[in-house]
Amino acid sequence: MSAVVVLLPLVLPSAYYYRVAALVFVFGLAAVGLNLLMGFAGQVSLGHAGFMGIGAYAVAIGPTHLGLPSWLCIVGGAGLSALVAFVVGRPILRLKGHYLAVATLGFGLLLAIAFSNEARFTGGPDGMAVPRLVVFGFSVRGAQAWYWITAASFLIGAVLALNLIESPSGRALRAIHDSEVAARVLGVDVARMKLTVFVVSAVYASVAGSYFALLNGHITPDVSGFLRSIELVAMVVLGGLGSVAGSLVGAALLVMLPQTLTSLHDYEHMALGLIIMGVMIFLRAGIVPTLARALRRA
Amino acid sequence: MPAYAKTGAVIAVLLAIGAGEACAQVKLGAVLSVTGPASFLGDPEKKTLEMYVDHINTKGGVNGQKLQLVVYDDGADANAARTFATRLVEEDNVVAMVGGTTTGATLAMIPVFEEAQIPLISLAGAVQVIEPVRKWVFKTPHTDRMACQKIFADLKQRNLTTIALISGTDAFGKSMRDQCVAVAPQAGISIAHEESYGPRDSDMTPQLTNIKGKPGVQAVINPGFGQGPAIVTRNYRQLGITLPLYQSHGVASKQFIELAGAAADGVRLPASALLVAEKLPANDPQKPVVVAYTDNYQQKTGQPVSTFGGHAYDGLMVFVEAAKRAGSFDKAKVRDEIEKTKDFIGTGGIVNMSPNDHLGLDLSAFRMLEIKGGDWTLVQ
Amino acid sequence: MSELLQFAFSGLTVGAVYALVALGFTLIYNSCEVINFAQGEFVMLGGMTTVFLGLAGVPLPLAACLAVVVTVAVGLALHRLAIEPARGSGAVVLIIITIGASIFLRGAAQVVFDKRFHSLPPFVGGDAIRIAGAAILPQSLVVLAGAVIILVLLWGFIERSLIGKAMVATAANELAARLVGIDTRATVGLSFAISAAIGALAGILITPIALTSYDIGTLLALKGFAAAMLGGIGSAVGAVVGGLLLGLLEAFAAGYVSSQYKDAVAFLVILIVLLAMPRGLFGRPPVERV
Repeated sequence: MSAVVVLLPLVLPSAYYYRVAALVFVFGLAAVGLNLLMGFAGQVSLGHAGFMGIGAYAVAIGPTHLGLPSWLCIVGGAGLSALVAFVVGRPILRLKGHYLAVATLGFGLLLAIAFSNEARFTGGPDGMAVPRLVVFGFSVRGAQAWYWITAASFLIGAVLALNLIESPSGRALRAIHDSEVAARVLGVDVARMKLTVFVVSAVYASVAGSYFALLNGHITPDVSGFLRSIELVAMVVLGGLGSVAGSLVGAALLVMLPQTLTSLHDYEHMALGLIIMGVMIFLRAGIVPTLARALRRA
Repeated sequence: MPAYAKTGAVIAVLLAIGAGEACAQVKLGAVLSVTGPASFLGDPEKKTLEMYVDHINTKGGVNGQKLQLVVYDDGADANAARTFATRLVEEDNVVAMVGGTTTGATLAMIPVFEEAQIPLISLAGAVQVIEPVRKWVFKTPHTDRMACQKIFADLKQRNLTTIALISGTDAFGKSMRDQCVAVAPQAGISIAHEESYGPRDSDMTPQLTNIKGKPGVQAVINPGFGQGPAIVTRNYRQLGITLPLYQSHGVASKQFIELAGAAADGVRLPASALLVAEKLPANDPQKPVVVAYTDNYQQKTGQPVSTFGGHAYDGLMVFVEAAKRAGSFDKAKVRDEIEKTKDFIGTGGIVNMSPNDHLGLDLSAFRMLEIKGGDWTLVQ
Repeated sequence: MSELLQFAFSGLTVGAVYALVALGFTLIYNSCEVINFAQGEFVMLGGMTTVFLGLAGVPLPLAACLAVVVTVAVGLALHRLAIEPARGSGAVVLIIITIGASIFLRGAAQVVFDKRFHSLPPFVGGDAIRIAGAAILPQSLVVLAGAVIILVLLWGFIERSLIGKAMVATAANELAARLVGIDTRATVGLSFAISAAIGALAGILITPIALTSYDIGTLLALKGFAAAMLGGIGSAVGAVVGGLLLGLLEAFAAGYVSSQYKDAVAFLVILIVLLAMPRGLFGRPPVERV
């Protein structure tokens, strides 16, 4: 994976491609976090974009209203997301399956509504400008710089995720996914593990959200909207639940498809819907696991 | 490894499509919200631009070259708009852009065009687009602040000073509501009560019941666009509220009257002369332009004319005229000429831009209309 | 008092639509454990198809019937082409498929219809009826009556007819149903068809009040889903109660609390209810096989 990341700039012709690639890494990062929650721990969240929103607005409000440096706000946003995830997660994670889905949906919607209504802080539905990231006195500008930052962050996030999965905690997570009752019988503290992975995935989403806001220079409330949350879930599932590489592939698919489908004009949405359905019907384990399985058999 | 192969393949496809776009024509970019919550605005804009670019090209183009319109649909998503803006600048090498249907999308795209030094003529409503004035950013639609001022002036004429607001929580409704609140004290208007509704809500009777129950309210203003105001108007009559109701220019399309039905009678709103094209006096300077646009649009699309399409027409023509005056498509020269636009007769009004005013319209560009018997009438 | 009544009627009217959407969710979930996020598009198709057939000159009652037929066909196609081939996949995969389907249907609606919003003439015209100081549109009463009629018909069908019993059997235990000779594939298809019909009827009933356009489906699906979960997924009574309750919550929140946050208040209440009753109001307690 690292090889692709380093070699890719050799084929990318312009800032536009760097920008798209940077977006892929940003969403890939959020997707990896969500994958930990959905793919490994088996908990559905339809409101994860809410955490992206927290991270995004942290780097918008922090520098603008509080005068804090942007990099500190990325950390601050992550911390705030972790706190919110902890507070909200404890009661919510007692719910199962679709009920958990609705609860997380409600959570995401509440955040989106708050971001849209509290215009004094957030600029309302039109959003607000995000001051540039300044690192050691250098103002980060240009799609190329962001490419490297987001790529590096994604790789770090992916490595951390893989480590977590291989660790005893990761095995405990997978046990929970298979059967919560059995895991509890084995001595796994199910509630605490679920909460931990929820908080971790929230941090991933928050950092991704912060990068998203800094990359765009402008943020609107629909960063934490329902459609964004669904997009994240789709990325995880399309790429492959339980596959970290899959998260990147899923993110790449859903970020690049709208760009490639523009030539279809009015038929763009129909094509998008068909592609999503097609991938899920024919590659039902997700793109990466299905292809990996096929290659192993060949 | 499959993951890398897949990613690489998709990127290769993307490159191929990108490379295929290279062409010798002059490209004009347009990022519009053709689908999504603002499609009510973006769809007429797209149709107008396509129609008139074709028209211009059949007449020989501009400065001897044909225009190629590159339209991207941002679905009212600021992130998508930003990506498309970069694509227009880097990949399509546009000489200018007419677009940015929503304020959010426009604000997200402004840095891209400012940095690339390419003129951007926005079609968004909020006053923040041109205030503070940015060198490369212009706009054609009247600002929401102007709408408030026009309504307040009419209210004062009718000796009404205490009002209630019911606004949509979408960007259009919210920013106009904010402007009305900001401008009210100077205009001598006091806002007694406020309510809001979601742009997709289907019933506003609870909110209107609260307004009805508030003593002292003399008139109601409804900032918003799309289906919301139509439902508000119907609910208004359903509840039997007889106070004067003002809509915003966000409903400026015959469709509003069709949908609100008999409830729309007596509703007033500020709108451009486009809506009352045939009713303008013969000596009105805007008459030829708006009548021509109305006829063309309705003939080509079979749909009633909308002021949002009109703003797109104005944006395109301001650019074309500026390019003609500059004699080339050099971006800096075209920008300078746009800024020098004088006495340009558009559908929205007569445009006079200056280095401090990148909109060029004043309050007289807005006409106060009243709906009577299912049709627009001018209020004198 | 008149205010309370006004809010209540507003909430019940909107709630009736949520209830019908939630009922559609429950029907399909009961037959094959799929959460069909394309449910909202059925409502959209009902309204939009009627409008466009009407514009093409078809008399409205016939247009409405045709619209229901079209929507049922779409529902069956969805089942046959998108859900059936993915049998056995995990729940999340099926959800993504239905989401893809709703994106597809919305995209198709943009092309086939248009992007403007439309209305239908009310079935029963006239001015608002005044009851104890509140003004209620006759069409609201039509919506409420229509919802009740649909419910009664559905109940009768499920409880009394053989096919209805087959559906219940399939929902209870698919393998056993197949062993008894029930064509479970057809039964699941039927549940899609009925859900589509219910959605379409809801769309036709509500359009005279709430207008319709190509993209009303998304928000309706979201709220219908929340209402179904509030009532307890799997329970038809729960779906209806959940829908009405959600409508009432929104109306009262708009009237008494804050119109800006009315959706937030409604969802907050749902969250609190779910935390207190993790299976929803009428949901069955879970049996987890270890």
